[in-house]
Amino acid sequence: MNSDTAAAPPKRFGAIHYMRCMSGIVWREGLRFLHQRERFVAALVRPLVWLFIFAAGFRSVLGVSIIPPYETYVLYEVYITPGLIAMIQLFNGMQSSLSMVYDRELGNMRTLLVSPFPRWFLLVSKLLAGVAVSLLQVYVFLAIAWAWEVEPPLIGYAALLPALVLSGLMLGALGMALSSMIKQLENFAGVMNFVIFPVFFASSALYPLWRIAEASPLLHRICTLNPFTYAVELIRFALHGQVNWTAAAVVAGCMLVFLAGAIFAYNPSKGLIAKRGGPGGAG
Amino acid sequence: MAASAMSAAEAARPALQVEGVTHAFGKRVALDNASLEIDTSRFCVLLGLNGAGKTTLFSLITRLYNNVSGTVSVLGHDVRRAPGEALRRLGVVFQQRTLDLDLTARQNLMYHGRLHGMSRREITERTAQELERVGLADRAGDKIRSLSGGQMRRVEIARSLLHRPQLLLLDEPTVGLDVEARRDILNRVRDLCRNDGVAVLWATHLLDEVPDDALVVVLHRGRVLASGGVNEIVGLTAARNLEGAFAELTGLGGFETSPRALS
Repeated sequence: MNSDTAAAPPKRFGAIHYMRCMSGIVWREGLRFLHQRERFVAALVRPLVWLFIFAAGFRSVLGVSIIPPYETYVLYEVYITPGLIAMIQLFNGMQSSLSMVYDRELGNMRTLLVSPFPRWFLLVSKLLAGVAVSLLQVYVFLAIAWAWEVEPPLIGYAALLPALVLSGLMLGALGMALSSMIKQLENFAGVMNFVIFPVFFASSALYPLWRIAEASPLLHRICTLNPFTYAVELIRFALHGQVNWTAAAVVAGCMLVFLAGAIFAYNPSKGLIAKRGGPGGAG
Repeated sequence: MAASAMSAAEAARPALQVEGVTHAFGKRVALDNASLEIDTSRFCVLLGLNGAGKTTLFSLITRLYNNVSGTVSVLGHDVRRAPGEALRRLGVVFQQRTLDLDLTARQNLMYHGRLHGMSRREITERTAQELERVGLADRAGDKIRSLSGGQMRRVEIARSLLHRPQLLLLDEPTVGLDVEARRDILNRVRDLCRNDGVAVLWATHLLDEVPDDALVVVLHRGRVLASGGVNEIVGLTAARNLEGAFAELTGLGGFETSPRALS
């Protein structure tokens, strides 16, 4: 058994071990993604239904005036595309973070948490893995939307990437933090009703904020307080090759807050795991 | 061998030391001042009924959550103060299945190895060795979904050993398996203790899973009622065998009505 004796565990983890751990987590998420085609199709159909049907119906009802970053009148389809991209990431973030705790991935959560790496690092890696999957979904969506006259400048596709990473991390961290704080969100229908729908509708995803202000000052106020609005605007500007610094700052700030919440929730002496008796219940 | 990978200082310490650990979920006390100690290459059975606190103890050792009081240390590394050092010396097989059904055995082990910072080459090498050990070398490329319950358990054991832990925890590893598969898994894990110096904590409520030479810890309603060799435990009671002793200690069998707290 020479090979057994040769490799004693290394004294301390270095950067290379951290890299291996993170790449392993992303690699596994990718593999799972390949095996779950239904999830991929569902993630794609959802925004496409909005684009093909909802937007087609509303393009005549809702006029969109010229507001930054747009320099001309745009089709309603073009206007809601950034919102739909953010919706893809919202669903993805909620799904991966919540399923980790409540559904079939319970076991995986335990496998992840017995890794000797620091817990914050494991959680951030897990979030990045989720973002990587959402990137793929978004770019496939954009490819299909191209055929639907949603044709942003080419530079927009590149500028979109960092924006997507930022917004994806924020939404994933939100899901992770929520999963611990709200006990009632045990199934996805509850999440749809109480998180995804309000967050999506009370934002600039479907209508410009000035329109909302005309209709209801209160709703306008809610929309400007909704971090999702800033994710949408960050994506909207990026898709047209511009940076909305305010949106970027708000999204980055919210991301840090949500992430801190998630790390707190998974701290072994506080938050969700200790209170609930851990994934899988106490025995 | 695993034992030789330890430093001299570590070799002198118990593989697992649990001292005065109390844990409560709200008002429900799951563990009450529990203590136990396992030396290197010992096979220890944690015997208790469902709800005795076995899984809670496992969760504390694996730092799923922290113990409120007392200390847990793995080869001298305190789980709270040096969780990384403790966790890397630890292998776990959880009660619930934790393999990814859609991935192959090899992919599951690759993921685990990466979570322990191992290189691809090392993982590939170790995967071959460990799957060979559990007799599943020919199933490495099969999806977990296509394996039987006993085979899945064996893959989980191979996985838990991939990073060469010196302490292996198994939480009711034979639940849902037939007699044949149960015996097979028990024998394989006992071989590990004997041949590789791995210390094992095996939680179960099945008395026929206790080998004669095992260290036994009787856990009941969160308290350690007795610990020692099988004969010692039996000797503490008026019973003739472990089954009778367990019934007497826990007050569930009718030999004697009051459970005796033993030091």
